[in-house]
Amino acid sequence: MSFELETATHPEQLKRVAIDPVSRVEGHGKVTILLDDDNKVHQVRLHIVEFRGFERFIQGRPYWEVPVMVQRLCGICPVSHHLAASKALDMILGVKLTPTAEKVRRLMHYGQILQSHALHFFHLSSPDLLFGFGSDVAKRNIVGVAAADPETAKKGVLLRKFGQEVIRLTAGKRVHGTGSVPGGVNKSLSADERALLLKDIYQMVAWSREAVHLIRALFEKNLQEYNAFGRFRAQGMGLVRPDGAMDLFHGGLRARDADGKVLFDHFDYGRYWEIIGESVKPWSYMKFPFFKNQGPEEGWYRVGPLVRVSNCDFIPTPFADRERTEFLAFDGGSAAGATLGYHWARMIEMLHAAEAIKDLLHDDDIVGTNLMADGGERQERGVGVIEAPRGTLIHHYRVNEDDQVIRANLIVSTTHNNQAMNESIRQVARQYLDGHQVTEGLLNHIEVAIRAFDPCLSCATHALGQMPLEVSIEDANGTVLDRAARDGNGRFIAGGVAG
Amino acid sequence: MTAPVLVFGWGNPSRGDDALGPLFVERVEALGLPGVECLTDFQLQVEHALDLHGRRLVLFVDASVDAAAPYEVSTVVPARDESFTSHAMSPRSVLQVYCDLEDEEPPPTWQLAIRGEAFELGDGLSPAAAEGLEAALAWFAGWIARGATEPVPG
Repeated sequence: MSFELETATHPEQLKRVAIDPVSRVEGHGKVTILLDDDNKVHQVRLHIVEFRGFERFIQGRPYWEVPVMVQRLCGICPVSHHLAASKALDMILGVKLTPTAEKVRRLMHYGQILQSHALHFFHLSSPDLLFGFGSDVAKRNIVGVAAADPETAKKGVLLRKFGQEVIRLTAGKRVHGTGSVPGGVNKSLSADERALLLKDIYQMVAWSREAVHLIRALFEKNLQEYNAFGRFRAQGMGLVRPDGAMDLFHGGLRARDADGKVLFDHFDYGRYWEIIGESVKPWSYMKFPFFKNQGPEEGWYRVGPLVRVSNCDFIPTPFADRERTEFLAFDGGSAAGATLGYHWARMIEMLHAAEAIKDLLHDDDIVGTNLMADGGERQERGVGVIEAPRGTLIHHYRVNEDDQVIRANLIVSTTHNNQAMNESIRQVARQYLDGHQVTEGLLNHIEVAIRAFDPCLSCATHALGQMPLEVSIEDANGTVLDRAARDGNGRFIAGGVAG
Repeated sequence: MTAPVLVFGWGNPSRGDDALGPLFVERVEALGLPGVECLTDFQLQVEHALDLHGRRLVLFVDASVDAAAPYEVSTVVPARDESFTSHAMSPRSVLQVYCDLEDEEPPPTWQLAIRGEAFELGDGLSPAAAEGLEAALAWFAGWIARGATEPVPG
């Protein structure tokens, strides 16, 4: 595993293209590309400019506040932080959840997976996939999808809405829910709430199956392009259940090398720091995690749907498991190693989430009344890990005798994928930018590669505008040779400046 | 039964002036106005098109670095405006999605943009934003009393 294209030999002799910020990802990122006079790519970097202050935000707070306040770290996946923090604090309390508490939390988590994956596929990625990566930017958005295929767009909206209803009913509110607390939950489902969700869940399962078939059909139609797009070899890591099944809520850590060989299995995530280290690079605020026994150069890995679907031995719901088998067998297994395979795997997970919700709704424990675990032996340190929509999410806290959080360490999903995203855009730059003039369509190819990972670059302050995008080409002295912009409404303006 | 008036604010309550939308909605909700439903979220999203169904009118409230201080009010009409970010779907795009999904015109919609300046995680409202919030609430009280029909602050 090399870092080719990470650092150019003579950057001072090159011109610079900046894509800033990356659009249709959650937060602020910037891509810089150094080209020579023949437009040959010499250096590509994804810079993350927002991940700061999480730990400072948490330290000093009473531990029981943490599951609620960490939701404000990120407006995109607040439920994931809510649950990972709750699991870490369960460990600090030394308790084992009641069946009702665990199942209500699982229900909430699968609701989050369902709504997040639906949003990403139908509203962030389907414009690229349905219209083409270099298609007219005026059409390449969710409103374009709604106009061209209102039925598909509507299913996407209703899938997401259903997932959020699951969250609302388990967390108590649409946003800023308080359902999960250290040691358990503060509510289960009422009979009416259960009936409300049961009424629609079979439709959600059916639509999720259709979504898997839609992305499969797109792969079949664009086989060569999809398989080759941003492809790179990588190790992967995620949680699996003790029997090897996919489990997005709880399990042990399993990693495989780029050939699929298991590197470690069922590792207790409560000691994650024994196997995972984090390195820093001067050009990015986001750390670069790695397997300690391999070191930072060789030990990087990726996480998320593509890894999880191939890392597990089976999926414990029937429709999703059948789709997993077909995915892994497709074209000799090519899609399972493709960057755009993330989309297919994501839809298989969405189907699994819908099936898991259905199963939980038929389980009487979700209307149980035993919500809180009995007191256990208090611990100083707690670690909570879940498989969030984007990948493995680690929350790690130390709490003092006054019940204050004195140390917090978070490794979020997108951080695990930092090196992988850089590798992917380097491949795309090689494939699509070398020797070409830089156009909006070509630059969107870079963004398509980043979006495949569904990165959450931070909880962006959306009020700062609609993410204008500015591209500048500079020579070695920093002189701007050319400039192009995408304004706040996504319009590409040659020679313009983002307004 | 669906309340005829929807006041919908968005923003992250823990990111400084980004809290303006949710704080505004919280204050309006405390007024207990009949026929007014108050909703908040971290960001305006595509599924919020479904929240518009059956309304007589809608007021969107958000923090903005582009609005003139202390606030700006404007009407919103559906448009395919090419907005392309997931966390910042524009109000007019949401209205357009409503048209496409429901095959009908959306309810009359206004946007209240309260000027914000600082958005750091963990910060409270800036003094200027706090003043803007009070001014916006004063405008809202008059606007709703006049039947919520004037798009420009009086």
